Amino acid sequence: MRDADFFRRWMAAAAAAVEQEADRLTELDSPIGDADHGSNMLRGFIAVRAALDAEAPATPGAVLQLAGRTLISTVGGASGPLYGTLLRRTGKELGEAAEVSDDELCKALYAGVGAVALLGGAAPGDKTMLDALVPGVAALNTSYRAAGDAADNGAQATVPMLARKGRASYLGERSIGHQDPGATSSALLLGALADVADASGGQR
Amino acid sequence: MKMLINSPETVVADALRGMAAAHPELDVDVERRVVVRRNARAGGRVGVVSGGGSGHEPLHAGFVGYGMLSAACPGEVFTSPVPDQMLRAAEAVDSGQGVLFVVKNYTGDVLNFEMAAELAEEDGLRVERVLVNDDVAVTDSLYTAGRRGTGATLFVEKIAGAAAEEGAPLERVAALARRVNESSRSFGVALSACTTPAKGSPTFDLPDGELELGVGIHGEPGRERRAMMPAREIAEITVGAVLEELGQAGPADGPVLALVNGMGATPLLELYGFHAEVARVLEARGVPVARTLVGNYVTSLDMAGCSVTLCRADEELLRLWDAPVQTAALRWGR
Repeated sequence: MRDADFFRRWMAAAAAAVEQEADRLTELDSPIGDADHGSNMLRGFIAVRAALDAEAPATPGAVLQLAGRTLISTVGGASGPLYGTLLRRTGKELGEAAEVSDDELCKALYAGVGAVALLGGAAPGDKTMLDALVPGVAALNTSYRAAGDAADNGAQATVPMLARKGRASYLGERSIGHQDPGATSSALLLGALADVADASGGQR
Repeated sequence: MKMLINSPETVVADALRGMAAAHPELDVDVERRVVVRRNARAGGRVGVVSGGGSGHEPLHAGFVGYGMLSAACPGEVFTSPVPDQMLRAAEAVDSGQGVLFVVKNYTGDVLNFEMAAELAEEDGLRVERVLVNDDVAVTDSLYTAGRRGTGATLFVEKIAGAAAEEGAPLERVAALARRVNESSRSFGVALSACTTPAKGSPTFDLPDGELELGVGIHGEPGRERRAMMPAREIAEITVGAVLEELGQAGPADGPVLALVNGMGATPLLELYGFHAEVARVLEARGVPVARTLVGNYVTSLDMAGCSVTLCRADEELLRLWDAPVQTAALRWGR
């Protein structure tokens, strides 16, 4: 079972990963976007860290909902509402339980990813964060590490894709050959989850 | 890259502090990033609120004031503002008549304004949204995020603001705004990329001797790269692309409002010279121009280049366009 502390550590690990990879995310966003994905995500996750330190929510659901709300209030762009919705919806699905099972987390994340797809009107193959999130959450049935790896592979698989959503879609054919920054940051998020699960020793 | 800034982190807040110092007639909330027309609620008018990433100045905060916007929310550079800003702006200007959100068609702006509208409606505010999508360089909206919102934003904000100033109800202000958008098309060209403060180097590489056709306003490359050409040829291409999408065949379709807009780093000497070619092309095609605006209005940081926006204007739109306006960046008749 996973308690609120596990989810706080997940968000802290995600913040650390975003911090470490911010320049790379911005670099990826440069040829097909507007070169700010790293700084935007960093601003959001620094705020998430501060919010979780200040409030210390008691349940897994409350941790993710606070993190999601904070991202919506601080990131801006498309990433703010999309990542905010992912975490808020996942948190809502977890309800008010003090501890949740791996299966419940898997189901909740699935709902969160669905909410992202609905909000953004995108599908896998459009060269968006869904190309990492969808295979990542699907692999969660196997293990957390498998989810992290599948998300990472999914992000790398966006390189040859033609962007159909977001600002990169304006480039048409010229969006081909670049890894999607949103898929890359999504892989960081699921990678952070795998790291925290590994560290807590609770392989599912 | 040298920039006249303190730091990339403070560039938006610093600009807002400067705006507050220069324009005491505006209420500038630097911390929460909302610029409000002083006594916005006093007139009992519909509130007209817009916003978007910073880096497009004078859009949008420069258009806050009498006869135009009631409030504007500047986001980070090229990043849409967050719903909290929009909600705060809506609350600051709502006098019970409702609020119109003017939203440029970019995924981030659309999603954040959508969330803000939901929150505002939960709080009992009446909100309408108009989506500006005038950029003809993005054609196949089935496979993209749809046409971008660019120069027509100025037309929409001016005319919606004039209608609100006259006391028109929310539904009417929104309908006019949508009509302006549907009647407007734009096309942009870049002679250089732009440099965001956060990145510090140009967002794409555009060699000397080449230009990008069909660019947006975020330093993203355009649809096509060609060898640099004289202004008269660029005018043929841009005006031709706009007219084709506007469905304007000649004088029978009525006059147009014309905006020849600089992207931020193009001197007025060049913009006026370019406009001479734009005017020539329009005359050759038999399209009468009712009003013209030449200058830097919807910019892209330090990008060199320009865009052309045309709006088919009937008598009502012309009257509202001519109505007095008094803002930091646009002012006439008062």
